Amino acid sequence: MQIQAIRQPSRRRFIQGLMSIIALSALPFQLLARSTKAFQATKLETVKAELFGDLPIVDSSDISLDIPDIAENGAVVPVSVSTTIEGAEAIHVVIEQNPNPLSASFKLTEFSVADISMRVKMGKSSMVTAYIKTPTTIYKTSREVKVTIGGCGG
Amino acid sequence: MESRPVKMRGKVVDSVAEIKVLMKHPMETGTRRDDAGAVIPAEFIEQVTCEHNGNVVLTADWGTSVSKNPYFAFKVKSAKSGDTVKVGWTDNLGNASKGEIVLK
Repeated sequence: MQIQAIRQPSRRRFIQGLMSIIALSALPFQLLARSTKAFQATKLETVKAELFGDLPIVDSSDISLDIPDIAENGAVVPVSVSTTIEGAEAIHVVIEQNPNPLSASFKLTEFSVADISMRVKMGKSSMVTAYIKTPTTIYKTSREVKVTIGGCGG
Repeated sequence: MESRPVKMRGKVVDSVAEIKVLMKHPMETGTRRDDAGAVIPAEFIEQVTCEHNGNVVLTADWGTSVSKNPYFAFKVKSAKSGDTVKVGWTDNLGNASKGEIVLK
C-alpha cells in the first residue's frame, strides 16, 4: 500500500499510505508486547481492564466458540474460535474459574484468518469466553463447560 | 534440555492454508507439587510466532493454562503450494524451538 501511495500521489492514496505507515510502525509493539499483568491476574475484572481498557464490550453472535459442554478431562479441553467480524485484530480466550483466567491471546494480521484451535486446561467447571478485539469495540461470546476431572494439580 | 520438536502439517484449500501444529512441552503451571511436596517450577510457552514466507502473520501469547504438549491450528491467507510456513515458540525460561514446512 505504501508503494502504491508513492506511485500514485493522489490525496486519498497519500492519506491511505500515511495511515498504513502509522499502522505498520505501531505493529511491532502490538505484536511483541505481552500483557504479563493480564496473564498473571487472578480476577476476571483485572484481565478485562488490562486487555481492553475502556473499550465497550458487547455480546456478538458472529463469533463461533466451539468447545464441549462437558469435558471429561479438564487437562485437555479442545477450543476453537472463529469470527466473521471485520477488523478483528486479536482473539483472547478466558476461562473465568481458572486461577489465572486469561489462557491465550492471538494477535492477528491482515494475512491470518480469525480462526484458531487449541487445547486448554480447566481446573473446574467454568464459563469460557472468547473476546474479539477490534480497534473500537470488544465482542464476546461465552459457553459454560462442565468439567468432571480437573486439569490443575495433576 | 531434551529435544522439543515442533511438528507441523499444512494444506491449502482455496488459497487459505490451514496449519496444524504439535509442540512438545511440559507446560508446568508452577502450582503443582511433586511427590515430596516441593513446588514444581513454572515452565510454559509464553510466545508463539507464525511466519508465512518470512512474514509474521500471527503471534500468540500463552498462559499456563494451555495444555501440555500444545496443539494449535491457524489459517493463513493468500497461501499457495511451495510456500514456507514457520512456527516458533519461546518459553518463560528462555528455551525456544521451531518448525518449518513447505506447503504441498
